[in-house]
Amino acid sequence: MRYIWTALFLLFIGSAGADEPSATNPALDAAALAPLASDDFDEKGRAIDAIAATGDAHVLPILRSLLDGQLFQRKDDDRFVIAAESDAGYDITDALTSENLGSVGKRDLRKLGLNNSLRSQLETVLARLSLTSPDTSIRLAAVNNMLKNPTEDTTAAIRAALANEKDSAVADAMRTVIAMSDLGGGDPVVRLAAIDILRDSLSPDVKNRLSALLEKTSDGTFTEPDENIRGAAERAVAHIESKVSLYGFAENVFFGLSLGSVLLLSAIGLAITFGVMGVINMAHGELMMLGAYTTYVIQLLMPNHIDASLFVAVPAAFLVAGLVGIAIERGVIRYLYGRPLETLLATFGISLILQQAVRSIFSPLNRSVSTPEWMSGSWQINEIFSLTYNRLYIVLFALIVFVGLLLLLKKTRLGLQVRAVSQNRSMARTMGVRSNWVDALTFGLGSGIAGVAGVALSQLTNVGPNLGQSYIIDSFMVVVFGGVGNLWGTFVGAMSLGVVNKFLEPFSGAVLAKILVLVFLILFIQKRPRGLFPQKGRAVEG
Amino acid sequence: MNSLAFIRSDRGGHIFLGLLAAVTLVVPVLSLMVPETSALHLSSYTVTLVGKYLCFALLALALDLVWGYCGILSLGHGAFFALGGYAMGMYLMRQIGDRGVYGNPELPDFMVFLNWKELPWYWFGFDHFWFAMVMVVVVPGLLAFAFGWFAFRSRVTGVYLSIITQALTFALMLAFFRNEMGFGGNNGLTDFKDILGFNLQSDATRATIFVLSALALGLGYIACRYIVSSKLGRVVTAIRDAESRTRFIGYQVDNYKLWIFTFSAMLAGIAGALYVPQVGIINPGEFSPLNSIELVVWVAVGGRATLYGAVLGAFTVNYAKTYFTAALPDVWLFALGALFVIVTMFLPRGLIGLLERIKVRRGAPQLAERKS
Repeated sequence: MRYIWTALFLLFIGSAGADEPSATNPALDAAALAPLASDDFDEKGRAIDAIAATGDAHVLPILRSLLDGQLFQRKDDDRFVIAAESDAGYDITDALTSENLGSVGKRDLRKLGLNNSLRSQLETVLARLSLTSPDTSIRLAAVNNMLKNPTEDTTAAIRAALANEKDSAVADAMRTVIAMSDLGGGDPVVRLAAIDILRDSLSPDVKNRLSALLEKTSDGTFTEPDENIRGAAERAVAHIESKVSLYGFAENVFFGLSLGSVLLLSAIGLAITFGVMGVINMAHGELMMLGAYTTYVIQLLMPNHIDASLFVAVPAAFLVAGLVGIAIERGVIRYLYGRPLETLLATFGISLILQQAVRSIFSPLNRSVSTPEWMSGSWQINEIFSLTYNRLYIVLFALIVFVGLLLLLKKTRLGLQVRAVSQNRSMARTMGVRSNWVDALTFGLGSGIAGVAGVALSQLTNVGPNLGQSYIIDSFMVVVFGGVGNLWGTFVGAMSLGVVNKFLEPFSGAVLAKILVLVFLILFIQKRPRGLFPQKGRAVEG
Repeated sequence: MNSLAFIRSDRGGHIFLGLLAAVTLVVPVLSLMVPETSALHLSSYTVTLVGKYLCFALLALALDLVWGYCGILSLGHGAFFALGGYAMGMYLMRQIGDRGVYGNPELPDFMVFLNWKELPWYWFGFDHFWFAMVMVVVVPGLLAFAFGWFAFRSRVTGVYLSIITQALTFALMLAFFRNEMGFGGNNGLTDFKDILGFNLQSDATRATIFVLSALALGLGYIACRYIVSSKLGRVVTAIRDAESRTRFIGYQVDNYKLWIFTFSAMLAGIAGALYVPQVGIINPGEFSPLNSIELVVWVAVGGRATLYGAVLGAFTVNYAKTYFTAALPDVWLFALGALFVIVTMFLPRGLIGLLERIKVRRGAPQLAERKS
């Protein structure tokens, strides 16, 4: 590596001495590229410098593909093309215009030869270009790359670039690299100042470098003789470590909340059917599975609009699962009101039928549901803390569903009727509420929400016939923990269980954490059989 | 009235015990004495299969005792069954000795494989048959006692109890899947060689275990019948029908429930212990909540609170399962699911209830009178 940085440094010195090339910017055209096909390697070298000097947007891809051996000349018309290997041969695009030129065979292309000195020249040029690239992310990546292996030369190059750097994030990264280099110098004042800069960095390289100052040699003396520097380094390491653990804590909380949101989504439908109606629906997990499969089918139907598919899938899954739920209620459950144990068994039977139905229709294998573009990737807050978008969106989605449901129950006529029937069925009927109709709709609502939860789950786990089973026990635990018939209880229950689970995991491993949570819940129910927020008043007796 | 009155008045029980005795006599004879060429010969596969059903029937009996008579719908009875099975499996594992793949005289194969140096403390004693047999009832019994003590004392009832029993067996399943637990992890315990020096593969041993299972079922039935006909049984039934009222009359409801729950768990443990040598494997899958809930269906199909109904249900459903999973594997879950729905909606008293209804229609007034 070292010689690259040296070359880069020399090049910087060279270009700093010369006139800025922008004054006499030659155009990047076929004529500028032509010498690349020459047999003379010196001429090629000069051509590379000339191309780099143009500052054209195509320079980076052209030089990159030249280095990677993907730049060719087409034999027919001597056009320079960038080729990517494919089944048929090579897919080529014009190097200068990015125009797609279709697919050709290997014999239609002329390879452009390189030797080792040209390769190192190319690497140097590419590094410099990326450091002065107009794209902030390319510059940042180049600087961070240099942080891993700082040398005198790179530092000098960065010092030169820092003066023109406008972006504060890149400038900070550059200062960190310079400070890392200063730390190795002789002047204690400069070194202390460097430590002062480094303490705000979160990069593991910086921490390792600072910790190295505190190490002892085998005979018990410190490797670093200066006591002041050691003290400063110690404080800086402590500062960095406290920050790292703070972010680790934040990350755990976030993971916990995202797990809690999944639990909330899967339990909230249950909180309606079990909590409000008092119906044990063991098929709830399978309704979630139906929602996930609906997403899969929607994506099959609109393969070219994956980004939009989720927006279609949410209402579709709500409808599918809701209708199936209403069918279950009208077909089976309404004959079993007031007999909870029988309801439990009958709905379990339904869950088996639904599972097998899915297995027969879609095969027992897991189906893959693709993630839309806007949900992949992560939000990089700093070097050690990032939030993945899919989890972030699921937290948001769970909150939206929760608030929506809360409003529906508190503010609408249907919600009023649902609460009336759940509190006192016969009184509600006397007041003219069609309780049968309300029952069916309430059950449909709870089931529909299960379907919506399934859409969210399809983005996190495998979509298969057993998807529901793995969530049903957790969901029941959440509802029972939070207190039956209380949406807020479900919310608090889900979130706290999620966070507790994630905090236990590092100590005990995922499976044991789950077991511990289950054991805790079993003990908790003994202590407070009606959950965190028990229902009060007459409704309890019902 | 003498002390055997409880069994004299039990007509369904007479039929059941008679059939059981006949099977116990006929099956070993057909398997061991009749030559293999004869059409009447029973293969060891059939003997094992019926033996398995007998164990399931005992398990169903245990559940019927708590569910049918005490109203406790346990969705975790499979856990007690599996624990009994594991106790037996640990004994059989120790019997392998140095005949395992790795030939280690002290450690079972999976421990050698996991680089364990010595036997964990909870494996000590399992090389003695008597100790393992004590554990078969003590381990499930203790778990049921501890669990029930907490649950009943804090008055967790109805569906809440069902759900936490399900969580219990689910948690146990996750735990036993872990290799670190020292119970063979995913693969469980298997590759058994012999029991008390008798080769497990031989027809004679199989027939013996078969007879033992039948005896256990018969004795279990008589014990359960005795319990439900005793005063204790009547109190338990009263708890099922009106728990608060029984409590107000002055009975210690929690103690009765705890007693019956623990006894039932012990029966389930025995069933598991007899099951393992016949199928030759025990693994964490036995803890899966699905198993426990399937067991509930056996009882529901047969007819709750009859005891012999549970046995009938266990045989019918399991025979159907054996048949369907071989002939039409796709249909089995549909059939099982439909069974759940049909039984709960149309046959609340199960097959026994159906039989009785048919009898009443045909004009057996004495039965109808007895019912009302």
